[in-house]
Amino acid sequence: MTRRILGPFNRVEGDLEVQVDVTDGRVTQARVNSPMFRGFERMLLGRAPMDALTIVPRICGICSVSQSVAAARALADASGTVMPANGVHAINLMLACENLADHLTHFYVFFMPDFTRAIYANMPWFAESQRRFGALIGSTPGNGLHNRAAVAARARWFELMGTLGGKWPHTGSILPGGSARTIEVTDRVRLLSRLREMRTFLETTLFGAPLEEIAALDDAAALAVWRRRGADSDMALFLNIAEDAQLSALGQGPGRYLSYGAYADTQNVPALEKGIWDARTAQKQLLDSTQIAEDTHHAWYRAEIDTMPLHPSTGLTEPDADKPGAYSWNKAPRLAGQVVETGALARQLVDGQPLVRALVAQTGGNVQTRVLARLIEIARILPLMEQWLHALAPREPFYVAHTLPDVAQGVGLTEAARGSLGHWVSIDKGRISRYQIIAPTSWNFSPRDAAGTPGALEAALVGAPMDTANGQDSVAVQHIVRSFDPCMVCTVH
Amino acid sequence: MALNVVWLQSGGCGGCSMSLLCADTPDLPALLHSNGIDLLWHPALSLAGQQDMVQLLRDCLSGQIRLDALCIEGALLRGPQGSGRFHMVAGTGEPMVHWVKQLAQVAHHVLAIGSCAAWGGVTASGNNLSEACGLQYEDEHKGGLLGADFVSQSGLAVINVAGCPTHPDWVIDTLTLLAVDNLHGKDLDDLARPRFYADQLVHHACPRNEYYEYKASAAQPTDLGCLMENLGCKGTQAHADCNIRLWNGKGSCLRGGYACINCTAPGFQNPGHAFHVTPKLAGIPVGLPSDMPKAWFVALASLSKSATPRRVKINSHSDHVLVPPVVRGKSHK
Repeated sequence: MTRRILGPFNRVEGDLEVQVDVTDGRVTQARVNSPMFRGFERMLLGRAPMDALTIVPRICGICSVSQSVAAARALADASGTVMPANGVHAINLMLACENLADHLTHFYVFFMPDFTRAIYANMPWFAESQRRFGALIGSTPGNGLHNRAAVAARARWFELMGTLGGKWPHTGSILPGGSARTIEVTDRVRLLSRLREMRTFLETTLFGAPLEEIAALDDAAALAVWRRRGADSDMALFLNIAEDAQLSALGQGPGRYLSYGAYADTQNVPALEKGIWDARTAQKQLLDSTQIAEDTHHAWYRAEIDTMPLHPSTGLTEPDADKPGAYSWNKAPRLAGQVVETGALARQLVDGQPLVRALVAQTGGNVQTRVLARLIEIARILPLMEQWLHALAPREPFYVAHTLPDVAQGVGLTEAARGSLGHWVSIDKGRISRYQIIAPTSWNFSPRDAAGTPGALEAALVGAPMDTANGQDSVAVQHIVRSFDPCMVCTVH
Repeated sequence: MALNVVWLQSGGCGGCSMSLLCADTPDLPALLHSNGIDLLWHPALSLAGQQDMVQLLRDCLSGQIRLDALCIEGALLRGPQGSGRFHMVAGTGEPMVHWVKQLAQVAHHVLAIGSCAAWGGVTASGNNLSEACGLQYEDEHKGGLLGADFVSQSGLAVINVAGCPTHPDWVIDTLTLLAVDNLHGKDLDDLARPRFYADQLVHHACPRNEYYEYKASAAQPTDLGCLMENLGCKGTQAHADCNIRLWNGKGSCLRGGYACINCTAPGFQNPGHAFHVTPKLAGIPVGLPSDMPKAWFVALASLSKSATPRRVKINSHSDHVLVPPVVRGKSHK
């Protein structure tokens, strides 16, 4: 057995190191380290509660809106605030704008460039992969054409945030009582035209078909029919690559999937349902968020708080860089003691998107299904955004004032692009007295818990081949890591 | 000869890189290339793997590769207890602060990308558990990781492309000017920020300026009025061209309905008051425009308040225009 350290991983958001034990050219054990600590949960203590809305988006430059939404929900919960319909729609639009952009960034900028690496030089699709997916930095001129186009489409797409939120990242428009930016009729027509531009990019370049057709794909047979017609599309090329690179055999997840539910409407009914999907029994279960606890056994936090994993409403963050046995700044969140996976795959499974459920029933949660679920979700999000824009009632209120009590508690649960994000706030004497955050990648990239059970990525890496020519590195590990679309700055916060 | 740029991230959110990807161009790599910028490494964009990155840094240190511009995004984490272990560079066993100190010695220019790298920024909030600082500042105090007297090979101090996030144009224009040797000491302000954006105030071209003139102030978010008197806006003191240049198409903080928090300035993360509440003394905002005599401000404010047109007063408390400007010769509808 040899032990190797893989990292730093580029093309993930933030810092990541993976230590692997290798026997006979395959990973037998992995330890995932989030090597950077900033301490947002501590920064917020003693501050005015509304300051959270300025501080928390700056946890993460790529899921900044999601952090704002979680904080605004926690403060709305603490103050019993119900925002007007326009506020609900405007904030859902901002959240969806970011989530769609993040999926696009993941596919084109972070994930697909790996299929232009030398290890694939003999594959029939190699030249085409280079032409479309060559990395923005370090690929030869004339390559990466679709990546470049996707980044341009994304920049244009974020003009939605310029209008709805003033800027991206780090908007201040998202408030417990709604949105600080009202939308006039003239804004709406401009935003609708931006949606049409993105729709055109997606339908011509990514899908080769109308979004509604992609969203409605319901089983492997339907996917096969679409693949013949959309053969020139990037999703079809991805599926060809996935077959040759056997991506469905890589990175098996824990089989339990968590979603807090996404895009709640004015009646608080989410457009994408919340719950737990148990792939083993193919059953959906109810989510009980009181069953969430963070285990710090193998994380660099003070040992005396290890006695019992704590629910985030009573959680603590006391760093201890010298703790024996610890190897990550990430705590290990568990749901009723169990490891769960979260992200677009989880959302689509919980919500019951039939193609995603069918493919996971066949091959499980793996590199291929994770990436495909993200693409399917893109096709489902944009039409929802069109509905919300039409539902806006210009010149009706977008915002309602709120009053925060001097003593209160609040919970804000939402779905970021990468999965379930929760904020738990306590307010005492009108100041923040406790603030705990569990981010999507905190779940997916958790270290071991007290029982020694590895986190989702740690388990998913077992069996991965060390596949580079010198046997020192593993492109398969890179695929598995990136298939989760990790956000390491959120993970530790 | 292209400007060789190495971009590293430390104690930040990665948002300045994400902002860079929002640059208004149909082809970002082509834009950088045509502007004479050769990005040798960027953690979010490069194809190369980890060993290549560490090798590249070693080659820069040994002089094998010419390092023209070292761009650091994110604060420098000196903790715990000065060890730097709050951010270890994966796979090297070395804290990021060690790498940055060494690379800064060989770099022709050193740039702080965003307010975390410039002053510590949001990462240095509150009790600053991570011992975060900027490259050459800790809040407004000169020093930081590299020390008050540091100058890079070019003879310039660290160039602070401050902002939270920083604007994509601020970064691209700074690098482009460096590539053609058109950015010198005189082009940086007293905090070493490029003057092409730091000589403006956020107040300039603010769409709420008429409300400001008449002190017709918003009482709550979504009100159209000026955000300075009640809602914490520091646009009259904040050095940046946000309302001229605009963000993500047509945006700015003020246009998004919320106050400027002066995010290009050192220490903005700990203003000493809640961000979106204006601190006042005897009813007068504490933070007045920095180069205006206070007595004059108070006198003009009370004069303009009494001269406020009805239209401005009514609209300032509405979330849309209730009273339009009158067309000359016509009365209101």
